[in-house]
Amino acid sequence: MIHVANLHKSFRGQQVLKGVNLEFASGKITTIVGTSGCGKTVLLKHLNALYLPDGGAVFVDGVDITKLSQDELYRIRSKFGVLFQGAALLDSLTVFDNVAFPMREKTKTSEADIKTKVSGRLEQVGLGAMGGKFPAELSGGMKKRAGLARALIMDPEIVLFDEPTTGLDPVLATSIHQLIARTQEVFGFTGVVVSHTIPQVFEISDYVAMLANGVIEEVSPPEVFCASPNPAVQQFIHGKTEGPIHVL
Amino acid sequence: MISFLGRTGRLALDQVAGMGRMFSFLMSAIFLAFRPPAKIHLIIYHIKTIGVDSLSVVALSGFFTGMVMGFQGYYSLRKFNAESWLGSVTALGLLRELGPVLSAFMVTGRTGSAMAAELGTMRATEQIDALDSMAINPIKYLVSPRIIASLLAMPLLTAIFDVIGIFGSYLVGVTLLGVSSGSFFAGMENSLVFHDVYSGFIKSLSFGLIITWICCYKGFHAPPMATGVSQATTESVVLSFVMILVWDYFLTSIML
Repeated sequence: MIHVANLHKSFRGQQVLKGVNLEFASGKITTIVGTSGCGKTVLLKHLNALYLPDGGAVFVDGVDITKLSQDELYRIRSKFGVLFQGAALLDSLTVFDNVAFPMREKTKTSEADIKTKVSGRLEQVGLGAMGGKFPAELSGGMKKRAGLARALIMDPEIVLFDEPTTGLDPVLATSIHQLIARTQEVFGFTGVVVSHTIPQVFEISDYVAMLANGVIEEVSPPEVFCASPNPAVQQFIHGKTEGPIHVL
Repeated sequence: MISFLGRTGRLALDQVAGMGRMFSFLMSAIFLAFRPPAKIHLIIYHIKTIGVDSLSVVALSGFFTGMVMGFQGYYSLRKFNAESWLGSVTALGLLRELGPVLSAFMVTGRTGSAMAAELGTMRATEQIDALDSMAINPIKYLVSPRIIASLLAMPLLTAIFDVIGIFGSYLVGVTLLGVSSGSFFAGMENSLVFHDVYSGFIKSLSFGLIITWICCYKGFHAPPMATGVSQATTESVVLSFVMILVWDYFLTSIML
């Protein structure tokens, strides 16, 4: 469904992606891991063309989304839901209005139906009583859950999760992971998770891809990934400073 | 020498490219403003933030500007025994120049800076990316309604500034300094023509566009960090002030 081919990206002369090739299996969760600042979020933002590459292509259902007009791109983006690192809820709207926002803006659904669907999604993420609160009144975990509810409200085919558990305590991180796994089971979307919460994130992943030094070093199911002889993978999993990954 | 020329050329090219991006941003915002669906509720909301919320500061500055003009006008005109022209001088000065320019300055300080800071914060917290990723054009949602609202609100704010300014001048000239009330209004009536009102209206309209354009652009493209937001806010206010004065010069020279 999503295929990244020979992706290159630089920022101010610093090459972040140096020819990334990766295929994301439909209806499965693929987790991208790697050290902080290695370009995971940059890669994720290429998947729905929030960033455009310097070279290479991103295919969604066989269409190269890096070469589309804005209207065509927006049609493709309607297939995506995105959970941003800081949730990116609109400050001026309540939690309910944030979750209802894509429906109100992109569909002609009646307010009664919107209310039913939004309330249902908020219940699913454990925020049933929080609809009237503003984002500033929520904790970090609540914001992530509200962001997840918004990402899922349009029943997307693909959901991108940018570090969904960063900054959360272990208990909350596990509950977010479980929530992602549960919702994926229910809705069957293709999930792409950027994370460095290992090994917990492996529990919800069908595949793990490791980004290091601007390229994908390894893609495999979690159990194979952990046993991989690849020295970069072993260095990352065991948190060693010595090895093929350039740390400092 | 060659490296100096290279740096100068690069700087010039960067400036030209920056101006091109700003112009393209404005064109997108105007084009999207006419593309359905119209964001009526957002336009009304921004008329409140740009117009209603700036009313007190515009009224206050208009009142004191008018009073200062009353004093200064009386002092200057008395030298020629022409105090009776105070109403005419005040009205012409306010309607043609001071009303549009000073109310634009007030709106820049009060609302323009807030626009840049708000959009800059939205950029830093990925709210603009979130809109984009939901296939909602952030320029149509965030910028176009502000531009329409400022085009509607600025002329009204300027008109209020003018009226309150004339009232301030009347208070000083007639009540305090003893100019005849009849001659104050008769001078105004004799010297003011529709073109004076019209030129002030055109100025306020274009200043409204300049403020929203610059402040939204700077906020929208603010570097995603705290210093980026503050830098964007400062740049938006300074550039708006300068552009208002430069554009005022051109309009005055054309419409005089």
